[in-house]
Amino acid sequence: MARKLPHKDVVIVGLGWTGSIIANELCDEGLDVVALERGPWRDTATDFNIGYAADELRYNSRQELMLRPAQTTVTARNNAGQTALPMRQFGSFHPGNGVGGAGVHWAGITWRFSPADFRLRSHFTERYGAQAIPDDMTIQDWGLTYEDMEPYYDRFEYLAGVSGKAGNLNGQLQDGGNPFEGPRKREFPNPPMAQTYGPTLFAETAAKMGYKPFPIPSSLLSRTYTNPLGVTMGQCTFCGFCTNYGCANYSKASAQTTVLPVLMRKSNFELRTLCEVLKVNLDSTGKKATGVTYVDTSGEELEQTADLVILCAFMLDNVRLMLLSGIGKPYDASTGTGVVGRNFCYQMANQVVGFFDPAKYNFNNFIGGGATGMAIDELNNDNFDHGPLGFLGGGSTRCAPIGAEPISKRPTPPGTPAWGSGWKKAMRDSYLSNLSVGCEASSYANRGNFLDLDPTYTDRLGRPLMRITFDFPENDVKMSAYVTKKVGEIVRAMGAQQAVEYPRTGPWSTVPYQSTHVVGGTAMGADPSTSVVNPFLQSWDVPNVFTVGANVFPQNSGFNPTGTVGALAFRAADAIRSHYLKSPGPLVHA
Amino acid sequence: MKPSKSPNTGQPSVFHTSRRRFLATTAMGLVALTASGARAKLLFGTGLPWDSGSIEPPRQVLPGPWTFFTPREGELVEAIVERLIPADDLSVSGKDAGCAVFIDRQLSGHYGTSDRLYMKGPFQPGLPTQGDQTDLTPAKTYRQGLKALDDHCRRTMNGKSFTDLSPEQKDKLLTAMEAGEAKFEGPVGSGSLFSLLLQNTMEGFFADPIYGGNRDMVSWKMIGFPGTRYDYRDHVLKHNQKYTLPPVSIGGRGDWARKG
Ligand SMILES: Cc1cc2nc3c(=O)[nH]c(=O)nc-3n(C[C@H](O)[C@H](O)[C@H](O)COP(=O)(O)OP(=O)(O)OC[C@H]3O[C@@H](n4cnc5c(N)ncnc54)[C@H](O)[C@@H]3O)c2cc1C
Ligand code: SF4
Repeated sequence: MARKLPHKDVVIVGLGWTGSIIANELCDEGLDVVALERGPWRDTATDFNIGYAADELRYNSRQELMLRPAQTTVTARNNAGQTALPMRQFGSFHPGNGVGGAGVHWAGITWRFSPADFRLRSHFTERYGAQAIPDDMTIQDWGLTYEDMEPYYDRFEYLAGVSGKAGNLNGQLQDGGNPFEGPRKREFPNPPMAQTYGPTLFAETAAKMGYKPFPIPSSLLSRTYTNPLGVTMGQCTFCGFCTNYGCANYSKASAQTTVLPVLMRKSNFELRTLCEVLKVNLDSTGKKATGVTYVDTSGEELEQTADLVILCAFMLDNVRLMLLSGIGKPYDASTGTGVVGRNFCYQMANQVVGFFDPAKYNFNNFIGGGATGMAIDELNNDNFDHGPLGFLGGGSTRCAPIGAEPISKRPTPPGTPAWGSGWKKAMRDSYLSNLSVGCEASSYANRGNFLDLDPTYTDRLGRPLMRITFDFPENDVKMSAYVTKKVGEIVRAMGAQQAVEYPRTGPWSTVPYQSTHVVGGTAMGADPSTSVVNPFLQSWDVPNVFTVGANVFPQNSGFNPTGTVGALAFRAADAIRSHYLKSPGPLVHA
Repeated sequence: MKPSKSPNTGQPSVFHTSRRRFLATTAMGLVALTASGARAKLLFGTGLPWDSGSIEPPRQVLPGPWTFFTPREGELVEAIVERLIPADDLSVSGKDAGCAVFIDRQLSGHYGTSDRLYMKGPFQPGLPTQGDQTDLTPAKTYRQGLKALDDHCRRTMNGKSFTDLSPEQKDKLLTAMEAGEAKFEGPVGSGSLFSLLLQNTMEGFFADPIYGGNRDMVSWKMIGFPGTRYDYRDHVLKHNQKYTLPPVSIGGRGDWARKG
């Protein structure tokens, strides 16, 4: 029996990006809020100390800040005919662990999704006709519009201090920004970051080819900035140890650098670290949550009752907790019925590596950060006519030098030996003269891709691991081939002696890192037969449970997710503050 | 419940009793977990818990005897890393850069034992897309794989051991291992041993010297990686210009040490 703890108004599961935002908002409402975080406390001065933050072996190769599979992992297979096996070490994606979550070691590229993304099925149907959407492609509308999201994007961007250049201010296109973005009410809080040689060459070349390059919207700060909560961040130094690392300069937006200094001082906030939530408890009706049960590091189970339960445990654990707790009807791929686990999607990560003449080109790739660089958006989403192409979707194309730590970032031209003197020379020659352009592309839902509980493998506590059944749908593979070829043209035009194209092809492998942009599983939407939460992220079945994270995406856009995830956190908090607290119960009646 | 001060503005934060009335009000109290000891950390509205020692700084690997390898294994690994990264006009060899020492120290830590990985059964053979599914930790792979390599050599090279082979013979055998074509006995295939050796050798060659390899930042100097400098703002706009400052590592730089 779990020991019962004194009641709280709100329990928040996970104190990463979204948990911190929601906790802070609800504390401002005067509620007693407790956050349960499975990992340790982390802060800049102690954990991303400048004396040893720049350690590739520790943070990149050995993934020190990330979730350890010994604690929990997932199983994976490409289709329902295979036996899923555990990811014994994380490869394809790197879930976070500890206060700040994956937001501690993210790259900081901070997009708004395209207006068409939020009504994707309607949009494609209007533009190309219903027959253009393959039968097994279960894409759907989000139940809200870009206009609904705009104020919350704005709040997240000002919280994080995003550096960038608007491409559309109140409907007026702006030179130097992304001409395809939805209208913004105001400029970015900070000007774009400075650009190194590689992205500059990319942008010049792309512009000559008729593209409209713009600076990547970046949560690495271009200057000192004090956010609306009064927290001050420092200027990014392009240290080159950014993605997969904590920032020692308070320059990368994370819960630590934007929210926690304020939240942690609030007397109605309490944080319990090293506490892993096992499940959400429901009362006998199954329609009301009474709180959560969690376990601390001694193995003791504790029950925290609360009026409101908010799952902010990153998309993987959000979906798993819903499945383990019996909230919502699990998806059955064989019949296409049920919702929890449905529409699991990923991100098509495509890349072109250019090898340039070392005598003429020095890109100094070690000068960089997760979100520095230049982008184009002509190849993204529905920004080009898909009519004759036979596929839907696309990706954001960018030249973004994230750093060049040499254990992992020293590409050599194909055919180079992997060791010996021949390897050494080729590696040395290309180290400063190679340049990558990536295309992070959409991933559209497919009937056969889903999440459920594994029948065999369990975590250290004996709970079933979540099982991923996923492969890249034909649509997405065709799209990847198309956009990667276009990117290859740009890299060749930049002057590369050799441009090696790596379009993403199937089968999906758990081994190489692709991105931590796993999404879906508890889609949001206006229709409870195809969604798990309503457009305010409230469970249809258990209205005092909300979940915030990329798990509510019905499918993925050709953009990184966190700008949208952060905006949704503000939107859910706003709905709770302005509506739910006045009249607890469903915010939307189906 | 008392309204809280919000630290950024000094104003009491928004507090509506009316909105709270619907919520079951329970006296707020500090949850004492003393009965269960210091298991989980409770952090209240006290500001940021600057918990010194919550993370350990890395410790400099010191020269000295092997901590994992037997003397024979150490010899073998030194002979291998010397071929994977041979001495030439670009750099010293993998052995002289400390790669074997690096691997030895890694294998006696959490990396060697796969402590942090998911090592629960059942262990079943998987598809290549499912990653490594064996129960072999790196430590076991080295222990059994190196023995298999020694046996293989004695069997196929007229009783010679790997360390007795000429550089050309060593390279030939390594090439066969790389392709998985050398037939090893036991659970560790030649291809698996090779790929782990190659991965760890490269880690040792390019990692911060604090871990025992990359001695004197030899690889960083060779390729022009400035290490842990952390601030390149003055060079961002110097497009296509060489960065001339020498590298720095977590432990500083050799020439910072007092001479004599
Ligand atoms: C290497 C890397 C690079 C990335 N780069 C980008 C990028 O450039 N742009 C972008 O948009 N996104 C990026 N992301 C993704 C981004 O980090 C996530 O989208 C974001 O952090 C999600 O916020 P979240 O609150 O949902 O989850 P998190 O920030 O991960 O927080 C979830 C928290 O919940 C805790 N938790 C989980 N389960 C439990 C449980 N059962 N009980 C208690 N606590 C629990 C976790 O420990 C964690 O602290 C990147 C991610 C990684 C790993
Ligand atoms: S690149 Fe900038 S934001 Fe990223 S870790 Fe380095 S200093 Fe911080």
